[in-house]
Amino acid sequence: MSGKTTLPDQTPREATVAREIALRHGNRADALLEILHDLQEQLGFVPEAALPALAKSLNLSRAEVHGVVTFYHDYRREPAGRHVIKVCRAEACQSMGANELVSMIERFLKVKLGQTTADGAITLEAAYCLGNCALSPAVMVDDRLIGRVDAGKFEKIAAECRS
Amino acid sequence: MSKVFVPRDSAARSVGADEVAAALAAAGHQVIRNGSRGLLFLEPLVEVETRDGRIAYGPVTVEDVASLPIATAGAHRLRLGKIEDHPYLRNQERLTFARCGITDPVSVPDYVAHGGFEGLNKALGLAGSAVVAEVTGSGLRGRGGAGFPTGIKWKTVLDAQADQKYVCCNADEGDSGTFADRMVMEGDPLMLIEGMTIAALAVGATKGFIYIRSEYPDAIAIMKEAIGAAIAANWLGANIQGTDKSFYLEVRRGAGSYICGEETAMLESLEGKRGTVRPKPPIPALEGLFGKPTVINNVLSFAAVPFILAQGGAAYMNYGMGRSRGTLPFQLAGNIRQGGLVEKAFGVTLRELVEGFGGGTFTGKPIRAIQVGGPLGAYVPASQLDLAMDYETLAAAGAMVGHGGIVVFDETVDMAAQARFAMEFCAIESCGKCTPCRIGSTRGVEVIDKIVAGEDRDANLELLSDLCQTMTDGSLCAMGGLTPMPVMSAIRHFPEDFDKPAALAAE
Ligand SMILES: Cc1cc2nc3c(=O)[nH]c(=O)nc-3n(C[C@H](O)[C@H](O)[C@H](O)COP(=O)(O)O)c2cc1C
Ligand code: SF4
Ligand code: FES
Repeated sequence: MSGKTTLPDQTPREATVAREIALRHGNRADALLEILHDLQEQLGFVPEAALPALAKSLNLSRAEVHGVVTFYHDYRREPAGRHVIKVCRAEACQSMGANELVSMIERFLKVKLGQTTADGAITLEAAYCLGNCALSPAVMVDDRLIGRVDAGKFEKIAAECRS
Repeated sequence: MSKVFVPRDSAARSVGADEVAAALAAAGHQVIRNGSRGLLFLEPLVEVETRDGRIAYGPVTVEDVASLPIATAGAHRLRLGKIEDHPYLRNQERLTFARCGITDPVSVPDYVAHGGFEGLNKALGLAGSAVVAEVTGSGLRGRGGAGFPTGIKWKTVLDAQADQKYVCCNADEGDSGTFADRMVMEGDPLMLIEGMTIAALAVGATKGFIYIRSEYPDAIAIMKEAIGAAIAANWLGANIQGTDKSFYLEVRRGAGSYICGEETAMLESLEGKRGTVRPKPPIPALEGLFGKPTVINNVLSFAAVPFILAQGGAAYMNYGMGRSRGTLPFQLAGNIRQGGLVEKAFGVTLRELVEGFGGGTFTGKPIRAIQVGGPLGAYVPASQLDLAMDYETLAAAGAMVGHGGIVVFDETVDMAAQARFAMEFCAIESCGKCTPCRIGSTRGVEVIDKIVAGEDRDANLELLSDLCQTMTDGSLCAMGGLTPMPVMSAIRHFPEDFDKPAALAAE
């Protein structure tokens, strides 16, 4: 256990939300990925405090749930910015200058991949192929795919995220 | 009021299709959101229905909309003429993608009007073994990468005795440079449903899952819509078309893990667990999902099946060369002028694809390297453009077809950097089960860095080669087992990139 005795063992809201979502999926352990996705959609991340409740609902050990949460890149352990921008770093996009694009974006937003901008507007993440390899380089803003991204296009995207 | 078509495919949307569709609707036109024709370099592609067929304009921007002569389908700077006459489409052999871009993807009546459910209709009247025989006779091999004969896999599941069997579709499409699965799911999802349902009838399964990567939110949404439409029209669910056959289908999202495209890791993931690879045996056909006999196929494998049932295995077998039968939807990607989806019979050369269809590089510079078959595929030098695309020819050349992704690089590419990335990617995505893959890939990155820095170059090149051999021999799955393919092909074909003078390398 973490030994952080200052925090209550379960933040009620997070545990309640977790229980509700699990129930919606029939408390099926095989639906754990779906449940975690739903949880993240609702809370913005997968809070530690939700895991014991999930484990109980699904009849799994805490370690099993924890193992799944940490295995998959998608699940965030802490809150993200208001928008998440994923930049493709895979080969087709590399051939169209993805590495330079990533550097440009990092300079422009003043964050590295995996970080959130100071104003909390944007979390920048790496992706490995977004399925838009004929229109590289590609980024994804929340659920919206964007192709043929260059500096000008990106600055517009960032401005929209901040508005 | 004219009827116009604007794709809802996410690649088309990524360059403004929604905005164009909205502008056309605002101008009073009836807008239908079709799938993409796969001429992605022309997206957003707007098609206008006329008595003589569909006239296309593209790539259209919102600013262009006002000037488009929709009512007459007349002359315009962006007019491409009848889309079927466009050489990029006309020169393809579209069996799987025959309907994509023509229909409204989630309309059952559209689907049926264009030959949809003919295959399933036939399968409903056949014994499972007859369906399997048709698929075996087609020569279809798995399109996910390994190229295993689909009919043989199905027969194993058919012959297995169990109270429950499953059909699982691998729609993880993690390979960079590939998007054909996505285009099927967004552009003709009912075809995938039909293919999976035929598989279920063939082997006696009643429950199926489509495992779609989370990077594909549009595909996930459209697939769910299509499942709803298929159920409503009684082509899916209980007592399909009034028969005693039932099949229930569910979409599951991945969670950003490349290794979950490996079939046994996918099964773990579908069971709600960490995506680690299972040792084989047992094979999934005998002990798959929840330990039950399971058919696992790629989207394109299932998508080929409706044609095979409707037209007969022999009709599919007629295409292709050697032991590679039928067609493959190739995906032209990366630094290419005319990127998109090109479905051709096996045997087409890399040159026809990349130069003929693709029109060379996007930048206009000479082609230097082509990565064929995803991140675990080989880098092929421009001197080998005349290779015929079939499983055996590529294997003999130390390369692989994989899922049909073709990523073009121009002369500015640094092949040592590409080799390093292959190792880095393996380190990021390794499931961690075996040491050669988990540790070897991280070591690989370090060794390549040393080579590039000019540190003990010869000794380190040898070390890298040994390391690759260890990964090839000692990995449980093709993640660790094939990462050496891009690495060693880069060294073999582009040794000069690993042997730059130290001063240059330090730049
Ligand atoms: C690391 C790795 C990743 C894979 N990714 C995919 C994938 O994204 N999609 C897919 O269909 N097959 C993928 N495969 C291949 C599957 O393991 C399996 O062979 C395939 O789904 C079987 O279907 P098929 O016979 O129709 O090709 C991958 C294999 C490995 C080793
Ligand atoms: S080769 Fe890599 S990805 Fe495959 S089982 Fe071993 S550790 Fe996992
Ligand atoms: S490689 Fe970037 S979208 Fe596929």
